[in-house]
Amino acid sequence: MRRERIVDVLVVGAGPAGLATAAGLAAAGVGEVEVVDRERQAGGIPRHCLHGGFGRLGMTGPQYAERCVAAAVGTGAVLRTGVSVTAWAAPLTVDTTSPRGLERITARAVVLATGARERPRAARLVPGTRPAGVYTTGELQQAADLHRQRIGTRAVVVGAEPVSFTALDTLRRAGVSVAALVTEHPRHQARPARALDARLRHGVPLLTDATVVELVGRGRLSGVALRHRDGRTAHVACDTVVFTGDFVPDHELARRAGLLLDPGTRGPAVDGAFRTDGRGVFAVGNVLHAAEPARAVAREGTRAAEAVRRYLSDGDWPSASVRLRVTAPLAWIAPNRLTPDDPTGAFTLRATEFVARPTLVITQDGRILHRTRPRSPAVPNRPFRVAGEWTGRVDTEGGAVRIALG
Amino acid sequence: MAVTRRGAPPDVTYDVTVIGAGVVGAAIARELARHPGLRIALAEAADDVGEGTSKANTAILHTGFDAVPGSLESRLVREGQAMLAAYAAESGIPVEPVGALLVAWDDDQLAALPDLLSKAERNGQDAARLLGAAEVRAREPHLGPGALGALDVPGESIICPWSTTLAYATQAVRAGVDLLLNCRVVGVGSAGEAHLLTTSRGALRTRYLVNAAGLHADTVDRMLGHDAFTVTPRRGQLIVYDKFARDLVQHILLPVPTALGKGVLVAPTVYGNVLLGPTAEELDDKSATGTTAEGIAALRERGHRILPELLDEEVTAVYAGLRAATGQDDYRIGAHKEQRYVTVGGIRSTGLTASLAIAAHVTELLAATGLELSGPRDLEPVRMPNLGEAFPRPYQRADLVAADPAYGEIVCHCERVTRGEIRDALTATVPPGSPDGLRRRTRARGGRCQGFYCGAEVRELYERGAEMGTG
Repeated sequence: MRRERIVDVLVVGAGPAGLATAAGLAAAGVGEVEVVDRERQAGGIPRHCLHGGFGRLGMTGPQYAERCVAAAVGTGAVLRTGVSVTAWAAPLTVDTTSPRGLERITARAVVLATGARERPRAARLVPGTRPAGVYTTGELQQAADLHRQRIGTRAVVVGAEPVSFTALDTLRRAGVSVAALVTEHPRHQARPARALDARLRHGVPLLTDATVVELVGRGRLSGVALRHRDGRTAHVACDTVVFTGDFVPDHELARRAGLLLDPGTRGPAVDGAFRTDGRGVFAVGNVLHAAEPARAVAREGTRAAEAVRRYLSDGDWPSASVRLRVTAPLAWIAPNRLTPDDPTGAFTLRATEFVARPTLVITQDGRILHRTRPRSPAVPNRPFRVAGEWTGRVDTEGGAVRIALG
Repeated sequence: MAVTRRGAPPDVTYDVTVIGAGVVGAAIARELARHPGLRIALAEAADDVGEGTSKANTAILHTGFDAVPGSLESRLVREGQAMLAAYAAESGIPVEPVGALLVAWDDDQLAALPDLLSKAERNGQDAARLLGAAEVRAREPHLGPGALGALDVPGESIICPWSTTLAYATQAVRAGVDLLLNCRVVGVGSAGEAHLLTTSRGALRTRYLVNAAGLHADTVDRMLGHDAFTVTPRRGQLIVYDKFARDLVQHILLPVPTALGKGVLVAPTVYGNVLLGPTAEELDDKSATGTTAEGIAALRERGHRILPELLDEEVTAVYAGLRAATGQDDYRIGAHKEQRYVTVGGIRSTGLTASLAIAAHVTELLAATGLELSGPRDLEPVRMPNLGEAFPRPYQRADLVAADPAYGEIVCHCERVTRGEIRDALTATVPPGSPDGLRRRTRARGGRCQGFYCGAEVRELYERGAEMGTG
């Protein structure tokens, strides 16, 4: 029935994170490294991001995706596309389906690099009718740029974070005028130049403190209802609406494996060495923190490769960990488990609101471990980082470490 | 085999025309098709079968335990339940006999359970019994606090309503029925011994007429001069939770009906999701299938009480359906012999369950009004693609993938729908009329990402398939 195979490392997901992990492992000569991806083409999300800004040289998404693929394949990793991991048969064994048949693959280490997706309209509980013309950026990019499908004539973009502005570019390329960007926050969350360009050069208004409260239209979208924080409502006529950002990890495999998930990120909980609480199962990239730029997750992949290589040679797996917990308005921190032999790295955090000069206070069982002032303000939907020099002061037998804004 | 979406209806005089290709109309057309020699038309206003209430409901195969004993509905639900259970097994329509618990959350509801039990027994449900709080908790460990007891109705099942309607329509068309889509009946006149229907596609002549127009059954009835009932749409909004919620619930969790209304249920679906709903809102707009912030908030509040952990899961879809309420507790099925006309009105939540029995009943009524029937013969069984999680899906079948690699190429990842299944749906006897129709035939684009990954690809396949279509 199923062809059974054994490899040394199985990486699930051939986006920038998974490919960089595979490249690092193959280059280190750990044996058979296989990457599977359910899409027909490897490269992950950058495949359909035609805009520039990827990698050090600012190339386009597809170019960057190609480079990631070439790097992995060039080092000797085996890349198989069109292969869906559909279930776990054992803690380090997965079942797959592809046009070439059904398989059961067992590995010494499994790396989950399954990425993230934008939350669609339904998950955001936006009421109204169910017309055509409702997109996420991911679907829009594939429809407009890969399939050259007709999109519409006039769009509203929900969100004002970096990805929202790339949706704006995609719409413009597809000949769709943009009525407005709408954000629930008091300001946009992108680079100032980006927002300025949208407003001044393209005349796209930015509506702040506003939410889309209803979709209207039969068959095809005819408009959206907006509500401002102060209660005012407005109807905007449009035949297209794009729900951007609000990323969630695509954590199905992590969850089906019964791995511990972090309540903040909703992805698998990991330590600085990308180790989940399942022995031999690592996780890397945006399944851990939805969503960071491709370059950042590719760098993570390189670090994860080193961690996997170390595990393959010494077999050590931490038996205990201390959890990291954030307090609102912090949304999450990653990594979010501390283990005794953890390499002291950096942590990425997210806040749900603007904080001009945040002070981070890190405590354990009421004891202050660290107090720090990150260089940049906290902006919703944008990462800020804190170094890990304080992790040595954590009591590995103690309670959860709390990270709060002081 | 004739499915048409445009152009004038055939220039013939049909023996019988059924108005409305919902689950009831399609079942009637299929039943009539068992009688050789009849020319039958199934006229549908929308661009697909099952586009009304049949596609947006709670997807339950009822036992009829709570029907009014002695009513027509009670009889047809009981008969229809057995018929549909057998038909589903034969046709590959997914059914899971998960059973139902009517959970009492307060003393009034608890006090209502014994009467409901005796009603269930009078409706032939001998296996129904009362459970104490501890047993309810043991059976449904994720229930919220405060469940005092329950009525256990083991026979209640969940079913795929989309495959059911489609199976009926497919068999009807294969047996020679003309399925006329985008064919809205706007007037009924007479031409000698026949009805002359004015439709959005042109004139249609028929000797006998069956009105299975669902929400619009009263409108059609008035076209024939009857003012017997008015359909008041009663909207039910529902929330579909992600598949991770499926482990939280083992049964259909029904509310205990009280003077305050029917309340909302929590039920698994055969696709592996969990439903929360429906609301019950009296409206006058028969097209108001939108959801509202108030409706969603009310459902979430109830859901939090019934199954607190449900609200931690992602929502896959939110939808609303309209029940064809007529202000009367029973079906309104009746023949007008002199008009060679049968009305099938007021078919509410039990229509899916009763559909095959309704069809048999309507066929008898037509015979009593003078329609000459030969036969009946058994139709060639239909085998529907399996959309149910309790049965092997194509991506899990090595034999199928080996025979045709398209069944190993997953296009919609969240729902694990393969290119082969999409191809089959697009080339089927009754192909979809929209991407949503394709979703109801395959589940493609119906999962947690709602098209983030596969939407563009699925649309591409649909549009290419539609180009190849003949409709």
